[in-house]
Amino acid sequence: MSVIEISCLEVWREISNYVDQDVAPELRARMEAHFKSCAHCKAVLDGTRNVVKLVADGVEYELPAGFSQRLYGKIKEK
Amino acid sequence: MRRMGAPATYSGLSQPELVRRACEGDRDAFYSLVRPCERAIYVAAISIVNNAADAEEVAQEAVLKAFKHLAGFRAEAKFSTWLIQITINEARLRLRKDRRHLYESLDEPQTGEEGEYSPRDFADWREIPSEALKRGELRNALKQAIASLPPRYREVLILRDIQNLSTEETAEILGISQGNVKTRLLRARLQMRDALAPGIDGNWSSGKPEYKKVRPW
Repeated sequence: MSVIEISCLEVWREISNYVDQDVAPELRARMEAHFKSCAHCKAVLDGTRNVVKLVADGVEYELPAGFSQRLYGKIKEK
Repeated sequence: MRRMGAPATYSGLSQPELVRRACEGDRDAFYSLVRPCERAIYVAAISIVNNAADAEEVAQEAVLKAFKHLAGFRAEAKFSTWLIQITINEARLRLRKDRRHLYESLDEPQTGEEGEYSPRDFADWREIPSEALKRGELRNALKQAIASLPPRYREVLILRDIQNLSTEETAEILGISQGNVKTRLLRARLQMRDALAPGIDGNWSSGKPEYKKVRPW
């Protein structure tokens, strides 16, 4: 099956949707073909995936100690 | 610190029942609604005000505001979505009050969402080095990269990729279209990649032969 070529610019525009598996099958096939032949876009894809993974796994916004008690205190005091 | 005692527990009660009781002034019932959302509202607040102390105050103010306006909560809505929405509004209000000009200049750029974005370079970044993550270097770099994003990208990145909210819910909370959520998320992720991938340069993958190939300069 031959797919219609897609430009790097178009690939970058959709790369985040691609990572989220939120592109139509036809576009997906064109992008997959592009990634096989374009090392630059493949690098951007890998990097974008790494960002998503890292942000999900690596970033903690711990609640400050005593947050819950202080919040409950505020609710009860007014 | 137990001046007000421990919260009464209402673990068996449904959301509508808790809302009903809270509307009648039962503050423990209200806290039972808020408790599962504590982290979500704190993170939503920090995504905008960008520091822990302000985020806590914003979360507290938002919760008090929610209590006051609980009668306006639609029974069919999700309480967490509603509360996060109030928190985001409260955080924006705070930021505008504190740093009016700075925030506006960051939040409303002349270019809008439409301009094309190109990756800054094509550094190869196939693997995430787990040692670097463990050592905390990468964690700090990540936090810095998130903090340096424009607020409207940071909000979306945090709601989608940290809180794991859907595009639909994120759009509802921020009051923007789903298309806008996707565009901002794209920008946020690519800017994060720009910020982080070159940092890998020296330490992470420059030893690989294929690295030079994709990055000829």
